[in-house]
Amino acid sequence: MDPRGLAFLGAGLGAGLALIGAGMGIGRLAASAMDGIARQPQSAGTIQTAMLIAAGLIEGVALFALVICFLLSAK
Amino acid sequence: MSQVAASVAADVSTQAPGTGEAFNVSDLIMHHITNANEIEIPFTHYAIPLPRIHIAGLDLSITKHVVMMWVACAILFGLARLAVRRANDPVPTGWRNGFEMLIKYLRDEIVRKTIGHDGDKYLSYLLTCFFFIWTCNMLGLVPSMSTPTSNIAVTATLAIVAFVVIQLAGMIKFGVGGHLKNIVPGGMPRWIYPIMIPVEVLGLFTKPFALCIRLFANMTAGHVVILGLISLIFILKSAWVATVSVPFALFIFVLELLVCFIQAFIFTTLVSTFIGMSVHPSH
Repeated sequence: MDPRGLAFLGAGLGAGLALIGAGMGIGRLAASAMDGIARQPQSAGTIQTAMLIAAGLIEGVALFALVICFLLSAK
Repeated sequence: MSQVAASVAADVSTQAPGTGEAFNVSDLIMHHITNANEIEIPFTHYAIPLPRIHIAGLDLSITKHVVMMWVACAILFGLARLAVRRANDPVPTGWRNGFEMLIKYLRDEIVRKTIGHDGDKYLSYLLTCFFFIWTCNMLGLVPSMSTPTSNIAVTATLAIVAFVVIQLAGMIKFGVGGHLKNIVPGGMPRWIYPIMIPVEVLGLFTKPFALCIRLFANMTAGHVVILGLISLIFILKSAWVATVSVPFALFIFVLELLVCFIQAFIFTTLVSTFIGMSVHPSH
């Protein structure tokens, strides 16, 4: 097996798996945010801000994995 | 496996009819994302070469991203001048109103809540962080300009400056030794300290590193997605792909506008939180 091909395969698989995790995480985050806003509509602003911050952090973790995959595919 | 890889590479660099040169997706994307020593004039093939400056073995040449950062500074300076016109009016209007909304929100909800009552000392640095990163991020969405913050050197510098500010904040308040002692939270059983000290010291460095990588990866990935979607039209060599590709690329573009703001906001919020953790450590 050509190591370059394996590197590309690893990069693709790694990116896909990392993004599954990010998608699930942000999905759960959005679900709890919706629950919170439904229970108390007047705190919608605070909850929205917290949701955006948490989404940005989770996406940051996912993008760590993407950067590693880029490095792999550039080998 | 090598034959598969070779045929994939051959498929990607297809021949564009009528121009005589091959269309290579990865070259196009690399050209738009990475730094260059010249600025291209849009709609032509001419490029203005920029001066290369080497001082004491360091490459300090003026590159495209450096010029983009200067453009961001000029834009912010101009907007700030607009914002302080008629500053003595009791009711703010126009640009001043917009800036005041943002600055009040950042000051009251973010800086004062995380750093506490003496947060106003760090307000000028944090506001600079926010507006500069936001402007740099947005510049990449203008057709002929590029994003300075998609260069890891720029984001690494922002993260290093944030690291220095965070450590100085703690050291000014508690002294060098006091700040180092505050890094590890107190009130824990003694046997945990050999584990906690390396973990916390490592955490000191990974937090700015995460700031750097988060901003860099968000900005680069957004532009790569947009470029890739448009390149799909050329790879598949069919104009009908444009009916799907262009609206989707437009959607990602609008999402990028939101992401620019969110990433600047998150950078500022996290630096503010870390300064708060330095200045008000948990005992």
